[in-house]
Amino acid sequence: MAVVNDHTVKAFDEDLNRLRGLISEMGGRAEQALLQAMTALNKGDLDLAAQVVRDDRKIDALETEVEQLTVQTIALRAPMADDLREMIAALKIVSVVERIGDYAKNIAKRVALMDQTRSIEAIPLLMSMSSIVAELVHDALDSFAARDAELAVRVTVRDKTVDDFYNSIFRTLVTFMMENPKYISESAHLLFVAKNLERMGDHATNIAEMVYYVVTGGQMEERERGDRPEDGAAEQEQG
Amino acid sequence: MTQEDLTIADPKMTAHGVNVFYGEKQAINNVSIDVGTDLVTAFIGPSGCGKSTFLRSLNRMNDTVAGAKVTGEIKLDGEDIYAPSMDVVQLRARVGMVFQKPNPFPKSIYDNVAYGPRIHGLAPQKADLDGIVERALTRAGLWDEVKDRLAESGTALSGGQQQRLCIARAIAVDPEVVLMDEPCSALDPIATAKIEELIHELRGKFAIVIVTHNMQQAARVSQRTAFFHLGTLVEYGKTTDIFTNPRQERTKDYITGRYG
Repeated sequence: MAVVNDHTVKAFDEDLNRLRGLISEMGGRAEQALLQAMTALNKGDLDLAAQVVRDDRKIDALETEVEQLTVQTIALRAPMADDLREMIAALKIVSVVERIGDYAKNIAKRVALMDQTRSIEAIPLLMSMSSIVAELVHDALDSFAARDAELAVRVTVRDKTVDDFYNSIFRTLVTFMMENPKYISESAHLLFVAKNLERMGDHATNIAEMVYYVVTGGQMEERERGDRPEDGAAEQEQG
Repeated sequence: MTQEDLTIADPKMTAHGVNVFYGEKQAINNVSIDVGTDLVTAFIGPSGCGKSTFLRSLNRMNDTVAGAKVTGEIKLDGEDIYAPSMDVVQLRARVGMVFQKPNPFPKSIYDNVAYGPRIHGLAPQKADLDGIVERALTRAGLWDEVKDRLAESGTALSGGQQQRLCIARAIAVDPEVVLMDEPCSALDPIATAKIEELIHELRGKFAIVIVTHNMQQAARVSQRTAFFHLGTLVEYGKTTDIFTNPRQERTKDYITGRYG
């Protein structure tokens, strides 16, 4: 994590470092929640799924803590320029990370509702998709910690892969449901899982865009971002 | 220095390549800046950066300092204020000044404001002068507080009132530019807020240039901000840009509290 230690008022540095530490911790927990939820789904591990649901409270608590610290810092230190941008970004980033945690929790809750997923062919695709999404979340938060605009741009570009995965999984599951009507319920749950993963990728992109703003003071150019799903499947099939 | 987005269509004052020396020492180095007619321009920077020196060169207050020398070009409405033909007394009526510490004359409130119009012969009749005094005090937001005691001494007012009296005195002669050198640094927050409100009200009636140590104040009252450091103009831009996304590292370090 890039540590701040160059303000004349050292207590301001301490506030900023604490803020960065909290956001890193929150991001780490969200990433872990995602990986654990997918492991639980893959193995049918109900205990692990329940733990993901329980742990989500810690992510929510961290969000509240960051919000309070940000408001307090704005009120007491009147941050300017990149410091001010960091405050605004911190507020937005934690609300996005909290959403990522919610999606992970949502996936974990579905584990108990599906008892026969092993034979569904979309599962390996979903596992691959989730590891890419976890990487994106990880890199987006790394780009925040390191103040790395280039890494942030790369995150938005790679989100295209997640969208491709979603479209592919969508088609796979629809085909599978037509051929195996008795798995429709499980397949529908997996569709929502895929949709949740796709949304998490978008949220990682949002974080990356905020990081770009913090570092450069400008908005990321449209051409620098990864393309959105063009066939519209990801946008139309709202979970 | 960044100059984009800074085209001022109708500048009131223009400075070009200005240097100011105090004896051997150069206090201002090659500063060029345009001051907009309808804008409040703030000069910020650490102590000793030259912002007050530069402000004082805009109405030739530096003439009164022994050994001070100004080179380069400063124009008011296109007219060189350092030209030999320039009447300095007239210049200072057109470019008024308000100082850090309120400095009312040891005279009545009325006479403080009437002093300038009298010596510049702006009021042939007593009734004219009454009108000018009332208008200046009203514009300075002080009229309601002093209208029943105009004969009392200006020095009997509170610090904030004294400073508004000084502003009334400066604007009584209908200047075109008002220079303010840290006008709130000796005032409490309420009196400061009143002065800032006043600056807001006066914008558009005069071009206003304010030197301030208080960056929040610069952010609140101005539309353009110039950051000075070690006698040079580091960055001049829209106030919103300077405070959210300064282009120069030195500006950023200063406004975010990383300076020194």
